[in-house]
Amino acid sequence: MSGGMGIGASAPRSEDRRFITGRGRYVDDINLRSQQYAWFVRSPHPHAELRGIDAGQALGMPGVTAVLTGADLEADGIGPLPVAWGITSVDGSPAVEPEFPALATGRVRYVGNPVAVVIAETRAAARDAAEAVNVHYEELDSVSNAVAAMEEGAPRIHEAAEGNLCFNWEWLPSVMAPDAKANTEKALKEAAHLVSLELVNNRLVPNAMEPRASLADFNSATGQLTLYTTSQNPHVNRLLLCTATLRMPEHKVRVVAPDVGGGFGSKIYHYAEELAVCWASRRLGVPVKWTAERSESFLGDAQGRDHLTRVELALDAEARFTALRVDTIANLGSYVSTFGAAIPTVFYAPMLAGVYKTPNIYVTVKGVFTNTTPTDAYRGAGRPEACYLIERIVDEAAAQLGMDPAEIRRRNFIQPDEFPYQSPVGQLYDSGEFEGCLDLAMEINGYAGFDERRKQSEARGRLRGRGMSFYIEACGAAPSQAAGQLGARAGLYEVATVRVHPTGVVQVMTGTHSHGQSHETTFAQIVADRLGVDFSNVEIVHGDTGEVPFGMGTYASRSLAVGGSALVKALDKVVDKGRKIAAHLLEAAAGDIEFGDGQFRVAGTDRQVAFGDVALAAYVPHNYPLQELEPGLEETSFFDPENFTFPSGCYICEVEVDPETGVVEIRDFAAADDFGNIINPMVVEGQVHGGLAQGIGQALMEHCRYTPEGQLLTGSYMDYCMPRADDLPSFKVATRCTPTSFNPLGVKGCGEAGAIGAPPAIINAVLDALRPLGVRHIDMPATPNAVWWAIEAARSGE
Amino acid sequence: MREFNYYRAGSVRDAAKRLAAGGNAMLLAGGMTLLPALKMRFNQPSELIDLAGINELKGIKLSRKGAHIGAATTHVEVAGNVELRAAVPVLSQVAESIGDPQVRNRGTLGGSVANNDPAADYPAAALGLGATIITNKRKISADNFFVGMFETALNAGEVVTEVLFPLPQRAGYAKFPNPATRYALVGVCVAQFKSGVRVAVTGAGSSVHRLEDFEEALERDFSPGALEGIPVSAANLNDDMHASAEYRAQLVGVMARRAVAMALD
Repeated sequence: MSGGMGIGASAPRSEDRRFITGRGRYVDDINLRSQQYAWFVRSPHPHAELRGIDAGQALGMPGVTAVLTGADLEADGIGPLPVAWGITSVDGSPAVEPEFPALATGRVRYVGNPVAVVIAETRAAARDAAEAVNVHYEELDSVSNAVAAMEEGAPRIHEAAEGNLCFNWEWLPSVMAPDAKANTEKALKEAAHLVSLELVNNRLVPNAMEPRASLADFNSATGQLTLYTTSQNPHVNRLLLCTATLRMPEHKVRVVAPDVGGGFGSKIYHYAEELAVCWASRRLGVPVKWTAERSESFLGDAQGRDHLTRVELALDAEARFTALRVDTIANLGSYVSTFGAAIPTVFYAPMLAGVYKTPNIYVTVKGVFTNTTPTDAYRGAGRPEACYLIERIVDEAAAQLGMDPAEIRRRNFIQPDEFPYQSPVGQLYDSGEFEGCLDLAMEINGYAGFDERRKQSEARGRLRGRGMSFYIEACGAAPSQAAGQLGARAGLYEVATVRVHPTGVVQVMTGTHSHGQSHETTFAQIVADRLGVDFSNVEIVHGDTGEVPFGMGTYASRSLAVGGSALVKALDKVVDKGRKIAAHLLEAAAGDIEFGDGQFRVAGTDRQVAFGDVALAAYVPHNYPLQELEPGLEETSFFDPENFTFPSGCYICEVEVDPETGVVEIRDFAAADDFGNIINPMVVEGQVHGGLAQGIGQALMEHCRYTPEGQLLTGSYMDYCMPRADDLPSFKVATRCTPTSFNPLGVKGCGEAGAIGAPPAIINAVLDALRPLGVRHIDMPATPNAVWWAIEAARSGE
Repeated sequence: MREFNYYRAGSVRDAAKRLAAGGNAMLLAGGMTLLPALKMRFNQPSELIDLAGINELKGIKLSRKGAHIGAATTHVEVAGNVELRAAVPVLSQVAESIGDPQVRNRGTLGGSVANNDPAADYPAAALGLGATIITNKRKISADNFFVGMFETALNAGEVVTEVLFPLPQRAGYAKFPNPATRYALVGVCVAQFKSGVRVAVTGAGSSVHRLEDFEEALERDFSPGALEGIPVSAANLNDDMHASAEYRAQLVGVMARRAVAMALD
């Protein structure tokens, strides 16, 4: 009845017809009558006092409507960009959250910091005029590196932040581990083996295929504002616009996120540009559009990662982990972005147990301001950073002890009968079979044949290495109350409305947003499966606050686990009501009605009524229990999960290194993931491929670099190295399933896995290849230049 | 991009006349360098003179002198020409190593040599094969044509019409692509003629240049091993985030040996 497209089918994507025929509708495709264009004047300096803005010449240029500055913004009472998650320092003080105005007032603090916005009749006119805006800057000393920013005498970026420290945080989930610090220190002292590493987690630029864009349309007659914007979470943007920045009542603001071409986290936030066009449209009474050029995306989209971490692992004589100490410096950039303080803290430290039974873990994180673009969540958001250091140091321990990397992991795994497992860093893991996953990865990799392959590589003058990683991550953000205790300033439930039309076709309004995740397909499969209606008779509506009641959007691999669960709950309500209607139609008791394959049936009989007939009865209630039941068939559910979900997986990577050139080539990549139940295996495989590609990018190619003062060096694809198809191997992917008990679908989430698990597997493989030459360490990205230098340094005994 | 006038030239003569007419006019060939530069507002010409409609600039033909390739011939046309591949396979290899399919379908030989990007592939082929660059005014040997970074012997108003590549006994081009751009981080073209060996390197320095030490060694013994141990100085090589000067020096040796191996293959 589901048209063969129920749960578990690799249904072809409903979205693809419009995407591959060029009929997608993105923000920049939308044009409104009398629309004008915004172009931002941005700071060319990493740090400077704003001494004056002279827009006289610009205002006199043809087609120019207005030049607006931070002073106008202040005068109109527009609030600063909000921080949605508060963090508390060790000493109990809140993190420093400096006001982040959409247009700078007083000072600019990073290259690209918006200073003014020109509104004009054409994009070219706006751009020409922006170049004619004369901004008087008085340059200040500046700093881009977090360690340098903490040094005495470093330029102070915000008055309130002494030593440029936003927060000095430690992770003590007090109920679980009140003595974590003392116990960890004791275990480190008593260790039979102690391994330590200093690791860089390189800063990344998100690079969604579609640059950000916003089109605001204020109707002065109705007082209604409609914002079309590239967002992963339109309701959140509306909430922040209404409560924090523009301060309008919610019923007067509609936010539409139509087709969106990738996000990876970078389209979660409430950005300066989207606020500025809303404000400009309200002020000027015309629709205002802004579309980023790629260069602006490099400067303006919140960036990812940028950690420096010292990590120590204590082991006993049997190579069992006894303690882990982590000390991280996180570069937050020039301001605290929406979730900028939460990502390197509460999305990071609670994952530092990994898949191992390490009893004592102590984590400190310093969040540091620098004269760079703010950082925030980027695919994986805190979990890749956690996984990287665990899986690097576990491998380092294996190397130092001369153990097989698989064996040291087996010895320390949490066992299947220990779930639910309470980790010492505060997470309650749902399920997993780590040895089974490891065995599966080894099988598809052909683990036993490695020595032979290594010999073949050597015969061709190449060094072959194999690396392994085992990730676990937290998806499905989040239980609202737990998140609230950790500083979240919003709830993190999800919402679904199921509207059954009179003929039995179904529309679902979901608060999640698909910008590559295929919700229109997978959510429809859930409906088809649960209601027994044909897949083609289901439509998924998302991305419009005018159509969807509420929602928190898509990030942190939450859509299916939380949004899909809300959908299931709403579907259950529909079936419950349908059962009552059917009972009336069949003259039976509701308790005797079974539902399956699209039929309501009196148990043990052949008396049945089809779902579509029940729907019709609900809308044409001639024969209907109107005394007990309202007509219509439409239900809404809010689902607030009781916990995160915890996908896990084992990745094995084989590389060949050309010692003459330092080129690393991935020869084999095996991924064995446990995502719990799977709705659409093809979509999941696609998500894994994409995540792996981004993980490979981070490990071998991508690196957002600044000068020490904060000029962006990698401001275009001429210097920022994105992976291309021919940089990637053919992936071998497989899945195992231990369903989660924390949601009704038993699903965990798959969106970020590849980006989390791939980097350590690759770097472990590179080091495995290079150890015979004496190379002990290499940072990401392991570019040809970096690898060649590592080999040279080892050869010359440095 | 700023506003500019667009002019589609009907002949080389027409283009040259228009170019000489004053103002800040520029020639547009494939546009694979010029158009991105315009978008970034690095260049602000008053007029673009499009050469795409000039038939006399297109085509490939072989003669006893060598391979004559029209300046407006695209990379994909060079890479796909069967007779050319048989006569001088290194040119096909160079052409197909440039950029991506979109670039190869638009970019032209004349545009590449006239631009003389220090990391472009064609200048290495032209210098390595000892090509002659033919313009509407004169013939210029490759040795005299590539003057420096983005600089050639072309005078104002001069239009490249054809490049003549002599046919080597054997030749190879080994390219180490910049991981971000796929331009040559280091590319080495090695060609053996009856008269001697030519070795040209692109990407490594401020402009394409020849490696006399390598040429002498290969004239004595045309084998990869002949180049072992010949030092490459990092002193005047490019140094950037993708490759330090020392690393580039290493790559010059490796790519030269691989180019010889390709020539011998």
